[in-house]
Amino acid sequence: MPLLAIENLAVSFETDEGIVDVIDGVSIDLAEGETLGLVGESGCGKSVTALTVMGLLPKPAGRVVGGAIHFDGRDITSLTSEELSTIRGRDIAMIFQEPMTALNPVHRVGNQLAESYRLHHPEASKAEIREESLKLMDHVGIPAAEQRLDEYPHQLSGGMRQRVMIAMALSSKPRVLIADEPTTALDVTIQAQILELLRDLQNEYGMAIVFITHDLGVIAELASRVVVMYAGRVAEAAPVDALFASPKHPYAQGLLASIPRLDSEPKSLLPTIPGVVPRIEDLPDGCRFSNRCAHARDACWTDKPAIESVATDRTVACLRWRELEQQAAASA
Amino acid sequence: MSEQPLLSVVNLTKHFPVRGGLFLRTVGHVHAVDDVSFEVRRGETLGLVGESGCGKSTVGKALLRLYEATAGAVFFEGEDITQMNRKRLRALRKDIQIIFQDPFESLNARHTVGKILAEPFVIHKVGTPNERQHRVEQLLERVGLDASASNRFPHEFSGGQRQRIGIARAIALEPKLIVCDEAVSALDVSVQSQVINLLLDLQREMNLALIFIAHDLAVVKHISDRIAVMYLGEIVETETAQEIYAAPKHPYTQALLSAIPIPDPTIRRQRQILSGDVPSPITPPSGCRFHTRCSHATATCRNRKPTREQIDANTSIACHHWEQIQAEQAA
Repeated sequence: MPLLAIENLAVSFETDEGIVDVIDGVSIDLAEGETLGLVGESGCGKSVTALTVMGLLPKPAGRVVGGAIHFDGRDITSLTSEELSTIRGRDIAMIFQEPMTALNPVHRVGNQLAESYRLHHPEASKAEIREESLKLMDHVGIPAAEQRLDEYPHQLSGGMRQRVMIAMALSSKPRVLIADEPTTALDVTIQAQILELLRDLQNEYGMAIVFITHDLGVIAELASRVVVMYAGRVAEAAPVDALFASPKHPYAQGLLASIPRLDSEPKSLLPTIPGVVPRIEDLPDGCRFSNRCAHARDACWTDKPAIESVATDRTVACLRWRELEQQAAASA
Repeated sequence: MSEQPLLSVVNLTKHFPVRGGLFLRTVGHVHAVDDVSFEVRRGETLGLVGESGCGKSTVGKALLRLYEATAGAVFFEGEDITQMNRKRLRALRKDIQIIFQDPFESLNARHTVGKILAEPFVIHKVGTPNERQHRVEQLLERVGLDASASNRFPHEFSGGQRQRIGIARAIALEPKLIVCDEAVSALDVSVQSQVINLLLDLQREMNLALIFIAHDLAVVKHISDRIAVMYLGEIVETETAQEIYAAPKHPYTQALLSAIPIPDPTIRRQRQILSGDVPSPITPPSGCRFHTRCSHATATCRNRKPTREQIDANTSIACHHWEQIQAEQAA
């Protein structure tokens, strides 16, 4: 049984232009201790999926209209917010892209860390909390932890702030860490430090990580499995090696082909996906990728593709994937 | 190398005062750009790469006098931009353009795209209204937008489309050089590749020179002929795009390349992870500014600033020990 199972989740948002299906039938499994990459472009629903798991959907605009989320066998979409709070932040913790907005600017780092620790250890004494905080800070690689505890978030660099966020998330020893673009705002050399830290911590704590990003390089380095989302649906889910070696969904293929690589021919034209990501208010019927897909046929414009099992632990949602694969094999 | 470079930057320096205290006296300076020199040839792309605070954007802005340089000179076709008067500077804008990360901020939200694109012609008194209208439509089509976009407003377009409008405006007067300041950084992957291709196409067609400023080394490497790597306000290495990937020489360039996640899970690399953060540009480290994070640093590096050595036409390195490091790594 997976530790976290998102089953056929549907989330809608009320907008000026009516109710839109931001998440439409998303299913994702997360096993104990694994790292799952959740990848897609802006508006694909990767962050909304994560927020829904955390029970942090903006209300009343956002609403779960279908499906279920099972954590450790319990459906957490039906829990009251009190019941949910025993799971959220404790068993499932989350870190965000911009720690500056998640940290309170007028409180010292130490107090904020202490607060999250106290939440999960209400009986701890002040001295204990301080000691644990120092340990946590040390653990996430913050030098001069003693002095840092008494500083304010703005006195820390972006990388250090993200480390503080990670320390807060770890204070409850979560079983799942959802990391929503935690390194996107950081410089590459700092990103490398944070990725290394997350890998080390995972080895030590054995937590599962859902890593949300648009950066396929980060996915390749960190994740063991990857879910590619497009316009609120899962296009393809696969082990990371399999996806990068032979993507099946035309969107996943296009995405992988279009990134400039260090070893690509300089100044060569890149393969592209035509058009732009459609606005969530005017998605095409049928397959949501149909208006940008070179392989789209009439049926793609009208029929929603089912999620098909391709191989062990591998699914694709494309009406023509089998046919396209045969064509590719024949022409090769 | 007999041909005169299109642009030649000589010892460009830009310090911003830091004010503090009761009377807001200058208490220090941000050393944003220090003694930066490089050349750009006609029709080529120079990539300017480095992490936040390295001064790459400041260089771009100083070239167009959006910031006044503290010292140094910028020669465009032999004439020093830093000494130009207003009138001359305005004429220069025909030849040098800049595009930014978020085109929305640089497009007047209350003007139609047609009006925005006609503006350069109006300012520089080019053509009749009819001719201008025709040119605007041509420009829109050239950057891959429908001519009907002319009647719409910037907010009606997506990020990628707005960047296309920004590019259309930049090429309107057929400039010789465009500074692209993180021009594709905010775009989604699938749209980013479209805009990169557009820039490559336009460059070939118009023999445009580009200065491509970005933090994403993979993107910079893809679009550039040559690359200058900056760290804390200084250029530490210049190199051809091909060579910088194949054989980076400066320890910082090596670390930067090694930090880039490669979209191929079959490649498992030995990572060089730099420790610590980039030091403050207000009090940059003594000697070589990279010595606080460099695994090869010695006492010499702490005390003496390395001069940038010109190895060949395209390659220069500012490191005391680069030859020794290269020999060690080869062994």
